[in-house]
Amino acid sequence: MKKLSRLYLILVFVILYVPIIYLIVYSFSQGDTMTNYHGFTWQHYRDLFADPRMLAIVADTLLVALLSALIATAIGTLGALSIQRTSKRVTRDVLLNLNNILMVSPDVIIGASFLIFFTTLKMPLGFGSVLLSHIAFEIPIVVLMVLPRLREMSPSLLSAAEDLGATTHQLLTKIILPFITPGILAGFFMALTYSLDDFAVTFFVTGNGFSTLSVEIYSRARQGINLEINALSGVMLLFSLLLVGGYYLLQQNSRKRRARKQHNREVPQ
Amino acid sequence: MTKRNFWGYFVPYGLWLGLFVIAPVALIVYQSFFNLDHQFTFANYADYFQSGVYLKMTLNSVWYAFLITLFTGLISYPTAYVLHQLKHRQLWLLLVILPTWINILLKAYAFIGLFSQDGLANTFLRFIGVGPHQLLFTNASFIFVATYIQIPFMILPIYNALDDLNPALVNASRDLGATHWQTFRHVIFPLTLPGVKAGIQAVFIPSLSLFMLTRLIGGNKVITLGTAIEEHFLTTMNWGMGSTIGVVLIVAMIIVMQLTTDHTKGAAK
Repeated sequence: MKKLSRLYLILVFVILYVPIIYLIVYSFSQGDTMTNYHGFTWQHYRDLFADPRMLAIVADTLLVALLSALIATAIGTLGALSIQRTSKRVTRDVLLNLNNILMVSPDVIIGASFLIFFTTLKMPLGFGSVLLSHIAFEIPIVVLMVLPRLREMSPSLLSAAEDLGATTHQLLTKIILPFITPGILAGFFMALTYSLDDFAVTFFVTGNGFSTLSVEIYSRARQGINLEINALSGVMLLFSLLLVGGYYLLQQNSRKRRARKQHNREVPQ
Repeated sequence: MTKRNFWGYFVPYGLWLGLFVIAPVALIVYQSFFNLDHQFTFANYADYFQSGVYLKMTLNSVWYAFLITLFTGLISYPTAYVLHQLKHRQLWLLLVILPTWINILLKAYAFIGLFSQDGLANTFLRFIGVGPHQLLFTNASFIFVATYIQIPFMILPIYNALDDLNPALVNASRDLGATHWQTFRHVIFPLTLPGVKAGIQAVFIPSLSLFMLTRLIGGNKVITLGTAIEEHFLTTMNWGMGSTIGVVLIVAMIIVMQLTTDHTKGAAK
């Protein structure tokens, strides 16, 4: 029974990883199909880095991801602060439910409704509309990452600071922000990956001139196999691994710090 | 923080709620009452419910989403269960999450290679003596790839539910003479049902709206609600009808949420 269950688990993991490994392996294959490995080459990576259109799209994608994640993190943190401060439970529940609408809506609905929205405002489609859309769908995840940290904060900490004469500004920058920083960083990383991962919403609001990696991969993949995409997936895999690594290091760090604090509290010196 | 200052912090988040959450939903409902000549009409809804085409498409889409959710669940529950008993489960869980950080387009693209005439899948089929077959652009390949993409999103909530399960209950059941199957059937499964429901929520709605998979893998044979919306908005430019289908998708989403959210738990809090 135990052997059988192990075998099952291995099978699931093989299925999960075969497509990814397959992609990467063929990014190093000569020729131009994803069948019959033809021998090792860096050619497709060289092609990728010599392709000015692709490089511009990579730059645009990273720019949109970073900018949108920064702005969404700022607005989302303010949002979490205000949700936490509302005294009425009903208001808070309503705000939280509204916050989660974009989290549960299908991408197609978000994309289509944003397209109507931008067209109604007569906004040109392109960099601006993509950036605004990304900010919009990243805000709720930032709120959800920051709120738990705010809830963990003891109210007596705030009262103490207020009694000692701290202004609102000091309260925010000296007490609240340092405490919720792990949540803010987690929110930022999630926002970044949401942006890099998005295809459907961008596809709707991108217009003609502007493109992100997902949209570009889609249009190239519709024309069939192109090993430059494999090379691109190799680069993106490396990038995501670095992001995941950074994120987990961050989580681990804050968990350790919290554990140490707990320890100090329980063992009085 | 005083009440007066607090409202200043709420402004950016409030603007986002108004402009990017409430307005787009309102606009998509509004748009669904207009025809191609921008006249107010109920014709879109009449069309939707009277011409069999749209209803059939919706049923088809719901059926495929049901199949995808069913297969994902059948594969994920045992995986989460076995995973939860492992020694280094945190590491294994990380390995489940990792594929979700890889762009969904790249995963779909990998299957174009895997399922091609001379791809790995057909090589394998030939090896065991039943191939080769036309795999790409079939309904089965669409369901397979969609299931592949959704598996991690089903494993995670089920794993969390198993983690929340009090082991004392399982031990008690065994001590009282229940067999493994009875313990599973009457103790473990009912108590992890919230996780399964959360998983269904995370898988079913996106499966209704997938549109790039139907193109890249399904070869346009399966039309989901998402494909229909994308076609109406970006190809035939019939935004009214597209919005009508969008409203149907939103209603479907609300129904699924109602069915899968644990009301009793919320009331007890």
